[in-house]
Amino acid sequence: MTRVFAILLLALTTAACEREQRRFSEASPASGAPQTLKMGQLEPGGSAQQVTIRSEYDENAWAISEGQRYYEWFNCVGCHAHGGGGMGPPLIDSRWIYGSEPENVFATIMQGRPNGMPAFRGRIPQQQAWQIVAFVRSIALLTPKDVRPQRSDSLYYQEPSGQEPSRSPAGQPGRRP
Amino acid sequence: MNWPQSMLGAAGPHAGGVERLWWLFFWVSAAVYVAVVIATLLAIFHHRRPADPQDPAHAHRAGRAIAVATGISLVLLFVLLISSVQTGRYSIQGLADPSHVNISVTGQQWWWQVEYESAIPSQTFVTANEIHIPTGRPVLLKLQSGDVIHSFWVPNLSGKKDLLPGHENELWIQADREGVYRGQCAEFCGHQHAHMGLVVIAESPGKYNRWLEAQRRPAAEPHDDTAKRGRDVFLSGPCVMCHAIRGTGAGGRTAPDLTHLASRLTLAAATVPNTPGHLAGWISDAQGIKPGNRMPTMAINAEDLQALVKYLQALK
Repeated sequence: MTRVFAILLLALTTAACEREQRRFSEASPASGAPQTLKMGQLEPGGSAQQVTIRSEYDENAWAISEGQRYYEWFNCVGCHAHGGGGMGPPLIDSRWIYGSEPENVFATIMQGRPNGMPAFRGRIPQQQAWQIVAFVRSIALLTPKDVRPQRSDSLYYQEPSGQEPSRSPAGQPGRRP
Repeated sequence: MNWPQSMLGAAGPHAGGVERLWWLFFWVSAAVYVAVVIATLLAIFHHRRPADPQDPAHAHRAGRAIAVATGISLVLLFVLLISSVQTGRYSIQGLADPSHVNISVTGQQWWWQVEYESAIPSQTFVTANEIHIPTGRPVLLKLQSGDVIHSFWVPNLSGKKDLLPGHENELWIQADREGVYRGQCAEFCGHQHAHMGLVVIAESPGKYNRWLEAQRRPAAEPHDDTAKRGRDVFLSGPCVMCHAIRGTGAGGRTAPDLTHLASRLTLAAATVPNTPGHLAGWISDAQGIKPGNRMPTMAINAEDLQALVKYLQALK
């Protein structure tokens, strides 16, 4: 009896494993992201109900590795390097100029930002953009640990020149995260 | 799409060696099989019980029969061994000819990038999933991989050779007969390994040179309004993130070069024939045709799609 129970339990654990699930073609987590997007906490008339978009890709190792591929292919590395930053700000630190929620990062990619971030709307299909979002959040350690790709121990980051140094948790700018 | 893909229809010297070896193995194995079956049947139905099993003459006869059989087997095995080593050495040998064609083939998940090299940089060009070669002239393929290990195999022309990340392999092929030969990735390389095909088109030197000239030219300009709109759809949409069309602003390097897409026989690495219908299906729902491949599902409206197909179909 216990053996049957153990086998059932084992089968149940595999059924729960979604981190590797591959969905090749599907509707994006949120097509209406920019409408619900908030850049700050203040709202007139008190705080309305919080609407957050949960991106399933954040918990999916396959989607994150696809995002990593597109991050290279679409030349995010050109400015952000492998997260350490260069001409563009670093992505592996804890400072987020335009917000760190999935919809914030999505909007940053699609709309572009002043000082050089191009708008990729119409260029990167939504599904791929959400996968890039998941990868960018994963290198900033915002996704669950078990789906994150490996990150080099020797990866440092620095602010682009001419910008205010960030406050890392340790209180020292430009430190290893 | 019914092109030969068989090592029993050799079209070149290397594949010819492999084919001869295959027939040698076949006939030797067939003869051995028949001999063993006959010997077994004789032993069952024609067994003569010796008058005296202890008779030393009987033991001597049996010992001699075993020695002869072992000797024959040894000779046969050595014949097979030597001919197989010789075929192997010949098939990896270069076909020394200064006029050989240099082509660089890069395996990608799940398609083939083909680059025709030339001493004059402006004459090099990139195409995909289709290799044109002149008959009677050796071709040196430089095999590389962009991601994982693949294996190049066009059975009618050569044996297999792996494409390894970070290492360049060389493979000599030569076709002596004109024809279209299908090839296939022969090393499991992921989700769509089975749909990673290619075609090799062997044609007369005159035809081959005309093809080269056409491929070196930039893409044809669209003539009518629909095709012009198609070009705008291409250049303003997600296509340019990965694809290149020489002569336009599209310069993506991570997906097949589409400069002369309409001149190719197949789409999606020899998965579907290159017809307007298949092209439209591929653009709008590539994941339905080849699940898991890198071409995303496009949200494109019908008119834009028709214009895009018209534009791409004119890229001869």
